[in-house]
Amino acid sequence: MTAVAETPSPARAAAPARGPAEAVRWPALVAFGALLLRDARVLTRERWRFLIRTVSQPLMLVFVFTYVFPTIGQELRAFDGQASFSDILVPGVIAITMLIKGVQSVALPLVDDFGYTREIEDRIMAPLPVWAVAVEKIVAGALQGLVAVVVVFPIVALVPAEPVSLDISWGHLLAVGLLAPFVGASLGLALGTLVTPKQVPMMFSVIILPVTFLGATYFPWTQLEAIPWLQWAVLINPLVYLSEGFRMALTSLPSMPPAAIYAGLLLCGGLTAAIGLWGFRRRVLA
Amino acid sequence: MTTTPAPAGAAAATAGDAAHPADGGAPAPMIVTEALTKVFPSGLRAVDGVDLTVAPGEFFGLLGPNGAGKTTIIGMLTTRVQPTAGRARVAGVDVVAQPARAKRVIGVVPQTNTLDRSLSVRENLHYHARFFAYGRRQAAERAEALLEQFRLTDKRDVLVDELSGGMAQRLMIARALMHEPAMLFLDEPTVGLDPQSRIALWELLSELNEDGQTVLLTTHYMEEADHLCDRVAIMDHGHVLAADSPAELKRTVDAEAIVRVAAPGRSEVEPPSPDQLARLRGVLAAVPGVRWAEVRDGQVECHADSARGLLPRLVTAAEEAGTGISDLSVSEPSLETVFVSLTGRELRE
Repeated sequence: MTAVAETPSPARAAAPARGPAEAVRWPALVAFGALLLRDARVLTRERWRFLIRTVSQPLMLVFVFTYVFPTIGQELRAFDGQASFSDILVPGVIAITMLIKGVQSVALPLVDDFGYTREIEDRIMAPLPVWAVAVEKIVAGALQGLVAVVVVFPIVALVPAEPVSLDISWGHLLAVGLLAPFVGASLGLALGTLVTPKQVPMMFSVIILPVTFLGATYFPWTQLEAIPWLQWAVLINPLVYLSEGFRMALTSLPSMPPAAIYAGLLLCGGLTAAIGLWGFRRRVLA
Repeated sequence: MTTTPAPAGAAAATAGDAAHPADGGAPAPMIVTEALTKVFPSGLRAVDGVDLTVAPGEFFGLLGPNGAGKTTIIGMLTTRVQPTAGRARVAGVDVVAQPARAKRVIGVVPQTNTLDRSLSVRENLHYHARFFAYGRRQAAERAEALLEQFRLTDKRDVLVDELSGGMAQRLMIARALMHEPAMLFLDEPTVGLDPQSRIALWELLSELNEDGQTVLLTTHYMEEADHLCDRVAIMDHGHVLAADSPAELKRTVDAEAIVRVAAPGRSEVEPPSPDQLARLRGVLAAVPGVRWAEVRDGQVECHADSARGLLPRLVTAAEEAGTGISDLSVSEPSLETVFVSLTGRELRE
């Protein structure tokens, strides 16, 4: 036979339970950390793609609405002309960035995994409960959402023709800044486990587009009182709470009451996470 | 090639030496299933009351046609499919009650390519080890060693998309072994491989097993099961019909070797006469080891338990009787024969 077997084989097996995982107190926690490490490695390998995907939409939004529009005299203003459109758009763009990042970093790869690559079957064999693998997806997606916002924030602050007047409430920023990426990533997990590869274009038309356009990103939710039915209808849209949350945290403009914002974030995050965990389990276990 | 049983690893004291079971004593079984059953929501009884025992060090095969329930059994033993009824333990761990712990003692090579396409060949191994609590240096060293053993070192930095089918399969096996699992599962590992890659993979798996690795594979190729496995469970419609060593399986169904003997005619074109054949039949039937013989299609068919050592005796007997032999062909019994005798159907659809 081949010469391979002459030296002691590294693949040698003897008795059960020999790996270092047996000596570790919380092997599932170590595995969870290693899954995050793997995702971080993939992110650094694909950093340019990540950057382009992260920056393109916010840059276009901010450039056209807050630089081109005012410069060509086609300016939009809000609150009876009291607020510049930049002030409206900054929190909205940050909210959109986090939500879209959840879809990009969690939903789309999962759709591929479940649809054809089946790579997820290997991740499932890591020594931790199946639900924890799904939770890792949420955490990794949320971390990417935070990174995305760090990248996008200078753009939305610097591109507008008229300086953005920020009025930061640090407590709210911390709370919303931590909750919002989890909502985005949980929505990503829910969509990723429910949508098949064929349905992806449909998902963008039927879910992502209405969510982003009606997510209080281009207008403050409070101003919707002029269209009461719409003001109520958009409450099912998770992005509304992200946008209003950042509006409350970053500007002095009127926003939805804080209690409603936090309730909305927690409810949307909890509900989408529950659907995502259920869907994940359903897709990987028979 | 001779190999000594693998010395037990550091933690072996708890589980006993996993040398080949024939060495004496009765080591705790590596796999035990009791009345393992899976009924899918569609109502399909994919696996129906299966009892299996696999000993440490054994190379065990599940042989059966597509749809026999082999993959579902692997699914249950590897925590991916939840049994409807029954119990299963792998390396002493209840796979239903403690799936996360069970995953630490098993390595799995599934039917489809599940390599991480976002990572390089080396990183596929490295991060897998990290999942199982290997430190960075430990993981790196082990990855290099396995790359070497599986002849993938020169592909270490390419993305896995660039691997051929055989290489991808080797990498999947290397990955499954990264965390030193007590039990290695392979689901139809050679499907889709060219004949050369298949033979190479067989050699690789045999070497692993000789080094002490307990292996369970599923296959619908009877020659694969025959060639590789210490014991084979023949499956059909969710049931195990028989489980034993390939040789024993062939014996129990009374399968036999058939030697077809052609006699020379009086000239090149003329076939042997019926008298001549009858005489040859009589001579050959008397040879020790031949159970009975008959004339069929102008040849003599000798039925024997085994063809081993029989051919020289047949030739000598025919020469001594003056009849001579012009041609000999042997058909050994195969697991295919066993499957047909158990189910009345061919293994291949």
